[in-house]
Amino acid sequence: MIEAEGVGFAYGDLDVLRDAGLCAERGETVGLIGPNGSGKTTMLRLLYRALVPAEGVVRLDGQPAEALRPRELARRAAVVVQESASEVPITVADMVLLGRAPHRPSFAGSSAEDHRVAAAALERVGVRHLADRVVAALSGGERQRVLIARAIAQQADHLLLDEPTNHLDIRYQHEVLGLVRALPVTSVVVLHDLNLAARYCDRAVLLDGGRVAAEGPVDAVLRPEVLEPVYGIGVRRVDDDGLAQLVFRPAAAAAAAAARPEAS
Amino acid sequence: MQTSSPAPAPTSAGTEPPDAPAPPAPAAGAVDDLDRARARRRSRIWVASLSAALLATLVGGVAIGPVTIAPEDVVRIVGHHLLGAPETVTWSEAHESIVWRLRVPRVLLGAAVGAGLAICGVALQAMVRNVLADPYLLGVTSGASTGAAAAILFGVGAAAFGEEALAGSAFVGALGASALVFLLARVTGRITSVRLLMSGVAVGYALYAATSFLIFASPNPEGARSVLFWLLGTLSLARWSVILAIVLVVVALTLAVLLVHSRALDALAIGDETALTLGMAPGRVRARLLVALALCIGAVVAAAGGIGFVGLVMPHLARRFVGGAHRRVLPVAALMGAVFLVWADVFARTVVQPQELPIGILTSLVGAPFLLLLVRRLHAATD
Repeated sequence: MIEAEGVGFAYGDLDVLRDAGLCAERGETVGLIGPNGSGKTTMLRLLYRALVPAEGVVRLDGQPAEALRPRELARRAAVVVQESASEVPITVADMVLLGRAPHRPSFAGSSAEDHRVAAAALERVGVRHLADRVVAALSGGERQRVLIARAIAQQADHLLLDEPTNHLDIRYQHEVLGLVRALPVTSVVVLHDLNLAARYCDRAVLLDGGRVAAEGPVDAVLRPEVLEPVYGIGVRRVDDDGLAQLVFRPAAAAAAAAARPEAS
Repeated sequence: MQTSSPAPAPTSAGTEPPDAPAPPAPAAGAVDDLDRARARRRSRIWVASLSAALLATLVGGVAIGPVTIAPEDVVRIVGHHLLGAPETVTWSEAHESIVWRLRVPRVLLGAAVGAGLAICGVALQAMVRNVLADPYLLGVTSGASTGAAAAILFGVGAAAFGEEALAGSAFVGALGASALVFLLARVTGRITSVRLLMSGVAVGYALYAATSFLIFASPNPEGARSVLFWLLGTLSLARWSVILAIVLVVVALTLAVLLVHSRALDALAIGDETALTLGMAPGRVRARLLVALALCIGAVVAAAGGIGFVGLVMPHLARRFVGGAHRRVLPVAALMGAVFLVWADVFARTVVQPQELPIGILTSLVGAPFLLLLVRRLHAATD
């Protein structure tokens, strides 16, 4: 379980989060959604302690995160973030082996056990054959899988992901999230695509201007009356084989449609 | 298991000699470990063969010169001095003097400088995530040149460092410059790659101006030439001295420190956020390593001037051979840098006899086209 309670954060004078909260129960996948600049990434960074909250507390399995040493935290929460591409080459195998870093003293090399865990992680996400390739030369989907493999190799029971479907084509978006969903971990995932959230998350936390606008099972959060005021866009909900999916159109068009007499 | 590739189709029995080595097919059900043994073997072979090459290079570097000395005499003379064996002197006093007093310290300095520049290049490229970073990025060379120019042209440092005034004041200049670069880089908080690059460039230009002004203001026309010669890098000042000892020790220590941090370097090369999520403290690690690097580069430059391209090219070569993991790259880069610089120096002192070419001219001459070649390959790999 990972939770944030009443957390606030500001970059200088700019309040990014205020009195926000989130809770992912054991084994749950929680989607963190909201418009650009609503504080999603900041919230996630508070969870893995890249940022220290100005107020409030973050807890891992009931323990305050501030009480955990960084390596201990890394053993319990793995993070998938896409960094700007580095020019210094690293192979897929070495990248995934880095996931073992929190488990080893910094001066020790990787053990045979580490290599086995890394190989199994690559196998798990279906890119074992890429082990000797350079990460920078992979496609977006492959790279995302490698990052997830590294997180798996980290053997943490919490997984935090920042827009893992960014820049991926539709098929890879679903593959990556399906993969995350199938892992036996508690995960929090920042998502832009609300339909992906509807399909792959148990619960959703909707942020708006640094505050939690709605929170609950995806079915309760992903409703037109909740989303429309936050995103400022027309939302219609359709049923796709029992799964709620959303269709969007500009607010003006939505208003026009609403105003149009039913008879036409 | 999916990973163990299907066993190769058995060739018809009898066509192969009975003692043919079995194909290294993975045993059925063997646990996949990314072929760790192969990777280790490969990097050990590199380290072993480069170590052998370095040994041969050290002997060859002493043997070759305006006066050629038989390699067995080189070994005897060095053995005589280090181990007391052989005890009987079978060589001329001139050879003794050339080998022990001139060339051995020179070759040792060359090896240490080459290794030092190579490992500092590896580490800096990782820390600023840029493969065009070289050891002089920290403003060290420009600081050292200003110090050296002040010593050569105006005798600065003579009081404090005596005979070693040149190296001493170059070292002080180097450390002063890197301290300034750090301070500027962290004015607004954490040291980041971009801030480091920017302040390195700024300090570099400012000190370049200072050096030029010193040359301009000096009444000594010969001095300008000496400063230029030093700037281009030279091992001609090498002798048994405290400087040589400092360089050897500092380079060895730096290699050790970097090896201890090799995984942190891997992570920093990917990015600070990644390092952080792996339980490291990227800001602190970077600051700590930068101090070690500044000391190492400062010592190297003070002893040998600004030798270019070694720190830029060797890291690329090493990565090509053993992959990107710093635990494997660092020793290989160190050995390659050492071998390369000793040979470059051999050429520098033999090619235009009896003159001596500044070694930096040679390293740049070899390095520039080489770098272009690497850049082309780099694109081929990532496109």
